[in-house]
Amino acid sequence: MSLELQGVSQVVDGQLHIAPTDLVLEKGTMNVLLGPTSSGKTSLMRLMAGLDKPSTGRILSSGTDVTNQRVQLRNVAMVYQEFINYPGMTVFDNIASPLRLKGQSKVDIDRTVRTTAEMLKLTSILQRRPLELSGGQQQRCALARALVKGAELVLLDEPLANLDYKLREELRAEIPRIFEQAGSIFVYATTEPEEALLLGGNTATLWEGQVTQFGSTLSVYRHPESLTTARVFSDPPMNFIAVGKAADALSFNDGATVHVHDQWAGLPDGKYTLGFRAHHINIGLSEAAGSEFQAAQLRCTVVAIEATGSETFLRLRYGDAIWVAITPGLKKMAVGDSVNVWLDVTQLYFFDEAGCLVSCGDSVV
Amino acid sequence: MAQITLSNLAHTYAPSGEQESDFALKTLNHVWHEGGAYALLGPSGCGKTTLLNIISGLIMPSHGRVLFDGTDVTDLPAEKRNIAQVFQFPVVYDTMSVRENLTFPLKNRGLAGAQIQARVALIAEMIGLEDILDQKARGLTADAKQKISLGRGMVRESVNAILLDEPLTVIDPQLKWELRTQLKSLHRELGHTMIYVTHDQVEALTFADTVVMMHEGRVLQMGTPESLFETPKHTFVGHFIGSPGMNFLDASIEGNHAVINGQHVPLGANYRNPCGHTQIGIRPEYVQFTADGGLPVVVRHIEDLGHRRIVHAELERSPISVSVPEGCPFDATMTQVRFIPEKINVFVDSWRVEGGAF
Repeated sequence: MSLELQGVSQVVDGQLHIAPTDLVLEKGTMNVLLGPTSSGKTSLMRLMAGLDKPSTGRILSSGTDVTNQRVQLRNVAMVYQEFINYPGMTVFDNIASPLRLKGQSKVDIDRTVRTTAEMLKLTSILQRRPLELSGGQQQRCALARALVKGAELVLLDEPLANLDYKLREELRAEIPRIFEQAGSIFVYATTEPEEALLLGGNTATLWEGQVTQFGSTLSVYRHPESLTTARVFSDPPMNFIAVGKAADALSFNDGATVHVHDQWAGLPDGKYTLGFRAHHINIGLSEAAGSEFQAAQLRCTVVAIEATGSETFLRLRYGDAIWVAITPGLKKMAVGDSVNVWLDVTQLYFFDEAGCLVSCGDSVV
Repeated sequence: MAQITLSNLAHTYAPSGEQESDFALKTLNHVWHEGGAYALLGPSGCGKTTLLNIISGLIMPSHGRVLFDGTDVTDLPAEKRNIAQVFQFPVVYDTMSVRENLTFPLKNRGLAGAQIQARVALIAEMIGLEDILDQKARGLTADAKQKISLGRGMVRESVNAILLDEPLTVIDPQLKWELRTQLKSLHRELGHTMIYVTHDQVEALTFADTVVMMHEGRVLQMGTPESLFETPKHTFVGHFIGSPGMNFLDASIEGNHAVINGQHVPLGANYRNPCGHTQIGIRPEYVQFTADGGLPVVVRHIEDLGHRRIVHAELERSPISVSVPEGCPFDATMTQVRFIPEKINVFVDSWRVEGGAF
C-alpha cells in the first residue's frame, strides 16, 4: 500500500493552513513530520486520515482516489499526545476493542492481544484499568490498540510529548522496531529534531504550512536544501553568519578573513549565509592543532555557559550573531570572556541570498 | 532572597501514615544557600512537586519544619512567604500590555512609579521583551508569554525565592536555548535563590549549580552536574542522567579488576572484595570499540544522531550502549569493546562504593 498526496492544500476561513503538498509514503516506512508548534503537522495528519477534506488536490491510497471517502471507511489508526483509552475497560479489553469490532474469534483476539502486550510490556497489567496506570503505560496501551487494528495508515501525533524524558527515551527506541514489523505506513509528528533522528526513516520538514523538504531523515539533516529546513532540523539551532567569498578568501563582517579550503574552489564569488552546527565549533585548540584541523579561526565573546556534566554548551557572540557551541567536557571560562573558536571547514553550509543551499559538507551542490 | 532550611522534613498524604511506603517525601535535612540555583530532578511521582509545594506553602508538611533565613515559616500560608512562582503554562493577563503584566506585582505592593518603571525596564531588557512592552499580551506566541511569566517572577527584588515548575515544557526545542540563557543571566545578575523543578535532565543540569536528584520520595544525590554524571551515588542516578544512561553489568570485583564471565576488566582503583550484588557502571561515552583485546559484543542496532552514533549491543546477554562520536571510525570488524578504567564506577547493592589506592 502507498499513500499519495497530490497538490493537497487546506484553506480555512481564507487562511492558508497547508500549502499545496505532494508526498508519496510507502508501505512499511516511518515518516516523521518535523516542525515547530503550529507549523501544520496536525493539519496535515488530519488530511491524510480523512478527518478533514483538502481544499484542493487528491489523496490516493494504493492508486485509488480516497479524497472523498469517509474516515470510517479508511483503514486508519491514530494516537494522540493525550493518552486516550476507554477508562471503564481493562487494558486487555482496550487492546481487544478494535478486534471485537471486526468480529474476530475469541481465540484470535486473545492471541493478538497477548503478542502485542508482550511487545509493549503490558502483559503484567492486562487486567488493570488505564487510570490506575502511569502515563507511560497508558500511552503504551493506546499504541497497542493502534497496532492491533492492523491499519494501513497509523498516525502518531506527538505521542511522547506528555511523557517524562526518560520514558520518552525508552519508547522512542522501541517504536521504530515495533512498527517495522507491522508493515503499515507510519506518520509521526514531532517538534524535536533529535526525536526525528532517533526514529530514522524519512522526514518531512514543515514550516508555516509548507513541506520544505522530504527524504531520508539523515539526508535531510545532512543536506538541508534551504535555510528554513536547516533551521527546522537543528537543535541546538544552526549557527549563521553573513560572509563574502572572493577568490580564495572568505571575509566576515568584522573584517576577519580566512583562507578558503580547496573544496570551495568551485563556489562562485559573492555573498552567502554561512551555516554550521553547534558540534562543529571547536574551542580551545592550539594554533597548530587548529591549522592542522583546517579550521577557520574567529574571536567570540562568551554570553552564557551551561555544563551538563559531560558537555559544555556555550552561547557565543560574534558581531551581531549569537551562536551555540557544544564541546565535550568541562570548560573553565566565564561570561564576558573572549575566546578563539575554530570552525570545522569541512562541515560548513553555504546558502545563497535566496536561502538555497549551494554548497555543503564536502561538495558544491 | 533567603537561605532555605529543610529540617527533618517529610510528608505523607495518608492521614495516619506511619509506614515508610506511605511517605511521598521521605525524611530530609538540607540547607539551600541564599542565591543558589537548585534543580529538583526526577521522574513523575518522585516527590519533587510535593517538595516544591511544601517550600511554597501550598502543602503543609506532615513532619518537620521549613525555615527561611532561620525563621520558621512552616505554618505561614503561601501568600505570606514572599516567593515568586513560574508555572508550566504561562500565566498572563491577555487584555493587559506586556508592560502592565510586568508592572502588576510591583503596583500591588505599592512601589513608587519611577522605581517601578526602572525595574520593569531592566527586567524587560534582560529577558528580551523591550521591543514589545506596549503590545497586548493576547496573540503573542507561547514563548513570548512564558517570557512574561518569567519576567513577572523576577520583577520583585525582595522575594525570598523564585520557584519554577517545569517552566520550559511547552516551549519548542530551538527556543529553549534562548530562554535558558536568559534565565541563567537573570539568576546571575539578580542573585535570587531559585528552585527549578523538572523531569528533563538537560534543563536541570544546565540550569543548576546543585542538582537534587529524587526517586520514590527520596533524595538520592545532591551535587554538581559533573558529579551526577561522573560519580552517581546510586544506579538510578546513573541510569537517569545521560542519554542513553549509564550501562550496568553484573561483575565480581577482585581488587583492581572486575570479572565478567571469566573475563578481566581493569578498574581505576582498588575496591577490595565487596560482598553483595556487585555491578560495574560505565557511561556509553567511555566505552570504545576495538578490533581486539576487549570484551566481545554483538551489535544489535545503530542510531545515527548526526553528531554521534549510538550503538546498541549485547555483552554476555546484557544490553550495552556505546556512543561513537562523528568522525570516529566504526565498522563491522569491531566486535569488541573496552572501558576507560578511571571512568568505571563500582556499585554494591545499587549504591556506589569508593575505590582506594592500588
